[in-house]
Formats: sequence, C-alpha cells, structure tokens
Amino acid sequence: MTDVSPQNLSLRHSLWAMFKRDMALVVRHRGELANPLVFFLLVLTMVPLGISPDPTVLSTLAPGMLWVVALLATLLSLDGLFRQDFDDGSLEQMVISPQPLYAMVVVKIIVHWLSTGLPLTLLTPLLGVMLALPSEGYLPLLLSLLLGTGSLSLIGAIGSALTVSLRKGGLLLSLIVMPLYVPVLIFGASSVKAAIEGFPYNAQLAVLGAMLAIAIILAPFAIAGALRISVNN
Amino acid sequence: MAWQWFHRLGSPKWFYEKTTPWMPWLAFFSLLIIVGGSIVALGFAPTTVEQGNSYRIIYIHVPASIVAMAAYYVMALAGAVGLIWKMKLANVVMKVAAPIGAILTALALFTGAVWGKPTWGTYWVWDARLTSVLILFFLYLGVVALQGAFQDREMADKSSAILCLVGMVNIPIIYKSVDWWFTLHQPASLKFTSASTINSDLMVYLLLTMIAGFYLFFAWSLLAATRAEILARESKTQWVRALLHKPAEPTA
Repeated sequence: MTDVSPQNLSLRHSLWAMFKRDMALVVRHRGELANPLVFFLLVLTMVPLGISPDPTVLSTLAPGMLWVVALLATLLSLDGLFRQDFDDGSLEQMVISPQPLYAMVVVKIIVHWLSTGLPLTLLTPLLGVMLALPSEGYLPLLLSLLLGTGSLSLIGAIGSALTVSLRKGGLLLSLIVMPLYVPVLIFGASSVKAAIEGFPYNAQLAVLGAMLAIAIILAPFAIAGALRISVNN
Repeated sequence: MAWQWFHRLGSPKWFYEKTTPWMPWLAFFSLLIIVGGSIVALGFAPTTVEQGNSYRIIYIHVPASIVAMAAYYVMALAGAVGLIWKMKLANVVMKVAAPIGAILTALALFTGAVWGKPTWGTYWVWDARLTSVLILFFLYLGVVALQGAFQDREMADKSSAILCLVGMVNIPIIYKSVDWWFTLHQPASLKFTSASTINSDLMVYLLLTMIAGFYLFFAWSLLAATRAEILARESKTQWVRALLHKPAEPTA
C-alpha cells in the first residue's frame, strides 16, 4: 500500500476500513448494543406475569414468543442503523464515494447483525430456560434464529433506509417492515415447534436459509436505492 | 409511432384531457353493473343447499378480494414505471392506488367476517386466505403511511415506489408461507365450502359480471383520484388555472 488516496483505495481495503469503523462505533456505544437485549429480556419477563407462570402453558408459548420478541427487538434496533451516519454526513460520503454502495450496505448490515442478531441468538437459550422451553427445542431455536435474524436485519434495513431522513421514523419503520417479516416468523417459530413435537425441522431451516440467500442478493439493491433517495433531498 | 402514447403519458395535461370524456361512461357502466348485479344477486340468484341465503355476500366479497389484489399490482407497476422512466403520471397513479386498494382490502375483510359468522360460526378465523388478505391490508397501510410522512413530494414518490416493489417481491413469499403455515397448524374442522357451492351457471356468470363491475369501478375511482391529484400537483401551471377559472363550465 503505497498510495492510499481515496481514488486508489481497493474495494477490499475500503470495505475492511468501513467494517473496522462501524465495529469501533458499536463497541464505543455499548449501551446501544445492550438495549435490544434488555428489551428482549424485559418483554419475556412480562409473559409469565401477564399470562401464567405455569410451565406447561409457558412451554407451549415459548417457541412463538421467543421468535416474536426477537423480531421486535430487531425492529427496535433498526431505527439507529443509518441514523447516526445520516446526521453527521458520512452517509452522504458513502453515497458519493467511488466504491459501490451495494457492498458498503452489505458491510453495514453485517455489523448490524453482529451487534444485534448474533447477541440475540446467543441470549435465547437462557430465555428458553425461563420460558420452560422443552429441551428438543434449543438446537432448532438457535439455528433458526442464526439464519432468521440475518434476514430480519436485511429486510429491516430497507425500512430503515427509507425512513432515515424522517425525524419521527421509528413507528413508521415498524409499520412498513413488520408485514415483510411474516414469512421469517412463520418458518422460524414452526421449526422450533416441529422439533418439540418430534418432527424433523430441516425443511424449515432450509427455507430460512433460502430466504436469507434471496435477501442477501436483493435487499441491498433496495437499501442502496432508498439511501440515495434519502440523501439526495 | 407505436410508442407515442407511452411518451405522451409523461404529460399529465394530455392524460387529463384524454380521460375527461371517459369518466361519465366509466361511472355509468360500473354503477350499472354493480347495482344491477347486486339486485339480481340478492333477489333472483338461487340459494345454495348448504348456506341458504347467507352465501349471497360472495357477490361482493369475491370481486372485492380479487380487485384488492390486482390494485397492488397496478400500484407496484406504476411505482416501477415511475422509478425507471421518472414518469410523473406513474407516481400519481401509484399514490392514489394505495388508499383505494386499502379500502377494497378492508371491504374484502369485512365481508369475509360477516360471511364467516353464519358459515363458520365466528367472525374471524386464522385461515390462510384471511391472514394473507390481512397482511396485504398492512402492506397497503405501510405505503399510505410512508407517502404521508414525507414533506417532499419527489422523495415520497420514490420511497413508496421502492416499498411497493419490495412488497411485490414479498407477496408471493408471504402467500406461500401463510398457506404452508395454515396447512400445518389449522385443525381440519373448518373447510372452505364456497368453492363447491357454485353449482349453477347463473351464479358463475353473475359472479363474473360482478367482478367485471368491480374492475370498472376500480378503474373509475383510480382515474378520478388520479385526475384530482394531477390538478393538485399541477395547480401552478397555466392549463390547470385556465381549466379551473373557466367561467362557463362547471369544474371537474
């Protein structure tokens, strides 16, 4: 690396630099990292309080409840995905930079997934214990969340990119993104249920993987397009 | 040139003037078919053995559901045209199609619930079709809400166009997954009996007539809303002023 002026920066180097920058931002705002997790924990605490602490009731609710709340926690984290970059102008720099916006969007979403989807996935076994999830459910729950939260981040980022220029985008973001989450929720929750009832759950995981593959290919186009619109006003 | 009409569509003025003579015809025929069809459907169509008279709501429910779904395609297609060719008119059509589609979807849901009470004994079941239509309703609401959230009209148009296209890609996936979820989780005690109750030719033709009437009505309301929106958006231009301040003729 002799010349690192922006024009000669290779794609690999620039994306790596961006990844490091975003990860540094995540690490320095640890509070924001913890917020969706605490929300996840709190909502699941409300379930036994509001419905019933009876383990048999809880264990039938657990697969769906864990998935729904994980979805809500992801939704909560989306509003901040592009907000800071939009406010301080770095988003504009990304849009006008010579590197493809598509690739940069993918990097940003990977960082988002590492900071919300992955911790949520890792936290769920603990919450499964609290909700009396039957032991057959843990592995499919982990695997389905691992695949599904990736799709959630990608689809949600579309809504986040569309609403980033609005001052009160948070609620609107949930409104436009939630219907799009329906397939992920259906297959995620049903993989856990199938495993508990003793059925194979490969099919559900395969569909979740297929959704993730489609989302990785298509969603960044929509996100990049939406970001260009949001920045250009 | 074969494509001339397409380029002309870029001009809201041309479109407005071209569609003016259509409006009374569309209004007349759509209302004639819907009102006439409803009279035949309510008064003269044969009853079914299983459901008696309650099935008659099918003549509103099925056309509303079909057109509600078609409206989404119209909206998404208009959004795509607006994004790709930056056509003003397409953006207008996309914007006005969203609330019309939402209302049709709400009508389909409402008539479905009313029909469900005598047939299934409950207003709402988590049936695959009901759930899909409910999600379609939410997709419409999302587009309406996003349109309304932006101050800047161009941003509102482009953003909702992207949302429409994302929804368009998602709709088949949502439908398939809801279908799959239904077959897996729903007890088999409830069955859609409507498909098998269509047992006379009159019912089939009447249903097709009502569907045609609803399509015409949709075209009419879409054009009327588009024309109103064109006037609002072009209110600063000469031709709109001339049109609205013409003393002799009543305003459209």
